[in-house]
Amino acid sequence: MNRVVVIGAGPAGLAAARAAAALGVEVVLVDAGPKLGGQYFRQDALASEDRFSFPGGVEHVPDAAVWAVEPIHGGHRVHLRIGAADDPSRTGRVLETRALVLATGAFDRVLPFPGWDLPGVFTAGGAQAMAKGQGVAAGDRVLVAGTGPFLLPVASSLAAAGARVVEVAEANAAVTGWLSRPRGVFAGWPKLPELARHVSALARHRVPYRSRTAVVRAHGSEWVESVTVARLDREWTPVPGSERRVEVDAVAVGFGFTPQLELAVAARCRIEGGFVAVDAAQGTSAPGVFAAGEVTGIGGADLAASEGAVAGAAAAKRLGAVVDPPLGAMARVRSGRRFAAALEAAYPVRGGWTDWLRDDTIVCRCEEVDLRRLMSAVDERDLGGVRSLKLASGAGLGLCQGRVCGRNVAELAGLDGTAFARRRIASPLRLGELAEAEPEAEAVEVPDRALGQDFG
Amino acid sequence: MRVTWDGEEIEAREGQTVAAVLTARGVRSWRTTRVAGRPRGLFCGIGVCFDCLVKVNGVPDVRACQRVVADGDDIRPQAGAELPS
Repeated sequence: MNRVVVIGAGPAGLAAARAAAALGVEVVLVDAGPKLGGQYFRQDALASEDRFSFPGGVEHVPDAAVWAVEPIHGGHRVHLRIGAADDPSRTGRVLETRALVLATGAFDRVLPFPGWDLPGVFTAGGAQAMAKGQGVAAGDRVLVAGTGPFLLPVASSLAAAGARVVEVAEANAAVTGWLSRPRGVFAGWPKLPELARHVSALARHRVPYRSRTAVVRAHGSEWVESVTVARLDREWTPVPGSERRVEVDAVAVGFGFTPQLELAVAARCRIEGGFVAVDAAQGTSAPGVFAAGEVTGIGGADLAASEGAVAGAAAAKRLGAVVDPPLGAMARVRSGRRFAAALEAAYPVRGGWTDWLRDDTIVCRCEEVDLRRLMSAVDERDLGGVRSLKLASGAGLGLCQGRVCGRNVAELAGLDGTAFARRRIASPLRLGELAEAEPEAEAVEVPDRALGQDFG
Repeated sequence: MRVTWDGEEIEAREGQTVAAVLTARGVRSWRTTRVAGRPRGLFCGIGVCFDCLVKVNGVPDVRACQRVVADGDDIRPQAGAELPS
């Protein structure tokens, strides 16, 4: 059987699966969640219906952890464990494909600060997932902090789930600034009306929104009881004397997003500037591997869906389908990338965050490595790269495999953080699962001649 | 459906995650760390950080944010290091 395998059922993966299926190609859509949609289109997990439907020819494999992607002759082999999350009863499945679409998305970047390991400090995406997917507010009095327009939907979801959002602290300039300047660089960005709705919802709930402000410390013993909020200068160093204490029982923090790169790295795709490098057909440097959505650059759901549509068509063409170049989607990708670049320029992470740390601030949550231990490993040894830094300091060696701390640790140590994405086992397995014999691979026929990678 | 939290029976709904059941009940923390014994609970909420580990039906190291409850699940806090399984 000839099939496109799409990994990730968020906006990019859904669009890729639809586009390939519409061209008459069989599609297997693999996702870690029980329901389609991913993080952005997160569905109410308690509702019985599903918002999404597919044309024929798409097999949706839910609750599937992809633990390895392996290059083989003419394509790739994808190794799955399917079933209840982290349960030893999960079953294996192995899919081979000549056209693989990686739509693995991204997760929140959180910068460390003293007390960020207290229960009650959540990532912005985590608070959003609980509110939208499970209908549970992260706390009663919640402060939302970080940078970027994503903080606004998080705050309004929290308010809708019944929390009192006591403040939104934006470390850069106010998002509301460009909402009121329609001639600015963001004019025409399809998200503006949605953001305007969130802003008015927050105004209705009387939520203060402050720019150049950050949570620089969380206080509490068993969970967070209050936070210190400070004004920041242009480089994000706290302005002395600007600190104030705010009583909260939860904090939601997000400083942009980190792409889930490990499958792309395993498939030997070239990574550039921290993201998967792609051509105009969303093809990566690895033949037969396409990438779409946040793994190619942070740009939001609309851009992800446009990239997915292009990737799905290109993957179908790779399997021999007759495909006209999807010119509309390709044009939307180009304009979407311009907005994404403007967004990235407007909401950078500035170096002054390292001033928020103290010697005993945890930088790696899994292995409980504090700043002192990290910096003494950096100072005392001649570290050639991320691997030696991990071994010398312990940072990034835990179960999350450096997903949470990698970029922060690399920035503190002055190294390139991309090497943290080299994860031989992409998703932790139990020893029993590793020992179990895998089922036979669902193979594909490899044609004699290589098929094109683009629409030329 | 009903599940138990640390031996006590509690209500849960179809589709809820372990983290949602515990959070709705006001439980903020269900694990202590290996080294310093510090409390941990939900952090990333999307399966990335492995902070919210919990014991389900005797099996440790289950991500509470990813695990959907099943009727009769025995959910217990996790302390310190657990042997790999």
